[in-house]
Amino acid sequence: MFADLFRSLGRPDVLDLARQSHYFWALLPEIVLALGAMGVLMVDVFQKGSRSEASRPNVAWLTLATLLLAAVANLALVDVADRSDVGMVATDNFRMITNFIYLGSAALAIFLSMGYLDRRGINRGEFHVLVLFATLGMMLMGGARDLMLLFVGLEVMSVAIYVLVGFDRLDPRSSEGSLKYFLLGAFSSAFFLYGLALVWGTVGTTNLRGISQAVIGGAAPFGGIFLAGMALTMVGFAFKVAAMPFHMWTPDAYDGAPTPVTALMSTGVKAAAFAAFIRMFVIGFGGATDVWRTPVFWLAVITMFGANLIALTEGSVKRMLAYSSIAHAGYLLVALLSATREGVAAFLFYLVVYTIMTVGAFGIVIANSRESGEERVALEDWAGFAAQKPLMAGLFSIFLLSLAGFPLTAGFLGKLYILRAAVEAGLAPVAVLLVLASLISYFYYLRVIVVMYMRPARSTDDHRHAWLPGPTRWAVTAAGVAVILLFFLGSKPMGWALRGAGSLWNPVPGAAAAEVQPGTQTSLR
Amino acid sequence: MLRSYLPALIMLAISVANAIFMVVLSTVLSPGGRTKVKSAPYESGMDPLGGTRERFSVKFYMVAILFIVFDVETVFLLPWAVSLRPLGWEGFASAMIFIFILTVGLVYEWKKGALEWD
Repeated sequence: MFADLFRSLGRPDVLDLARQSHYFWALLPEIVLALGAMGVLMVDVFQKGSRSEASRPNVAWLTLATLLLAAVANLALVDVADRSDVGMVATDNFRMITNFIYLGSAALAIFLSMGYLDRRGINRGEFHVLVLFATLGMMLMGGARDLMLLFVGLEVMSVAIYVLVGFDRLDPRSSEGSLKYFLLGAFSSAFFLYGLALVWGTVGTTNLRGISQAVIGGAAPFGGIFLAGMALTMVGFAFKVAAMPFHMWTPDAYDGAPTPVTALMSTGVKAAAFAAFIRMFVIGFGGATDVWRTPVFWLAVITMFGANLIALTEGSVKRMLAYSSIAHAGYLLVALLSATREGVAAFLFYLVVYTIMTVGAFGIVIANSRESGEERVALEDWAGFAAQKPLMAGLFSIFLLSLAGFPLTAGFLGKLYILRAAVEAGLAPVAVLLVLASLISYFYYLRVIVVMYMRPARSTDDHRHAWLPGPTRWAVTAAGVAVILLFFLGSKPMGWALRGAGSLWNPVPGAAAAEVQPGTQTSLR
Repeated sequence: MLRSYLPALIMLAISVANAIFMVVLSTVLSPGGRTKVKSAPYESGMDPLGGTRERFSVKFYMVAILFIVFDVETVFLLPWAVSLRPLGWEGFASAMIFIFILTVGLVYEWKKGALEWD
């Protein structure tokens, strides 16, 4: 339906990035988003002072419109082939699917921020602009086929997020989280950049396709320097996806940040870092799979068990969700570990599910607040929630059960796909460990549900301030419905995910098989 | 491959030699003698002692940030201006996009009042 429309507008079916004009099409979603973000900034700053607060055009809706436009531009690039060897940006369905995930997670974060920002007295237009620029950074990072663009995207995303974490600058916890995230993020950027430099130094190119061919062909002189480069980039990615033992900043930053920002960080930022991680390790270092498998295996195991065990001890629901998001990084690492088409497809599917259920859960956390806007995140604050707010409690239960991976929720199906991919890739022990780690996590997810349904509230109107503005309520409800629907209708999105995953190895649909096949393994010396 | 780094090595040697030469020269040629004023830090009459946590206006910070932004702009635009012809219209368009983005930032700051001292 859309394909003909975009073709009539002049979109080429096969991109050739040696030609400048094709760059315009390859970067169309990013261009739309950047222009939109600048437009929102201008509209916001010119409205201030000239009109009263109430009559200001709602910046949040403008932001959502920008995200929608970028999504339409993204749609224009679905199924477009790219047969050029040069070019810093990859045009394949993997990038398009992950772009939709970032845009969706940003839109959900904006929905959550409606009303919330007013309650905390931080409703400024800059919030929305920064969310847009962070999303732009995510899209550049996840879609980069070149180490330079990868790093630029990483920084655009990170700098915007550092500011967003400390957006409530009068709240000491918000500032503390921001400073901690900034310092550790700067460290990890330095590690990452050093790793990139070492990889470039041994391979001689910053292009991921060139790196991939050099690694498989053994053309580059591998040795300690290349391995050190690989290890340092792995550390950088582990910081950004919050894998243990590089997670120290996560609980404080997630806890201190305004909750819509926490939702964005645990979904969009993580998705972008993982997309770049996969593009670099599964494709770029695809020939060295058996070299990086062992460290990533331990990273995944430590993350899954460590995060789930620490989450057991957390008394705050928001911090519990922070550790839960670390644990989910471990599950996604298992999908990465498979390094096959099925593994990447399972990753994409789980990422969609994870984004929906996590943002939904944070939406309910926002709802349960005092009149002053202060959140009530302690476990005891949820006592009797179900009796007074049955719909919200029901939705929260759906999200928590899905995060735990219960049947009849999409979280179950997502974990099943990851397990299947791991077993098919010959990683049955990891699959067993994933199941064991999930068993631990059941305890703390179910504990919240038990408190909500089985403990009496302090007073009969204890939760009278639990409330969400209209648009937020609809977004959270839609997320709850989607979590259930994806369980029953999961095979069709999984088909798209498989196609998107395949495009990583073979960006020209229908062309002769690419020289790099999924799961290719050659040993290094 | 290492041979291509030879000019850098020579450069390094010259700068080290130059630095040593300057220090030695000033030790030999300077009149010497230590008065109380001479050994005071900064030699400017300002007392450098005092609390380290003194507050200063955030306006200085805004000016510093603005300076860096336009400083970096100059760093990019000077080489561009020199090689405008070989870069052609593509180079021209790229630089215009860059300037446009900076202008948006400038307009934002202007409207926010960051350029007014009081």
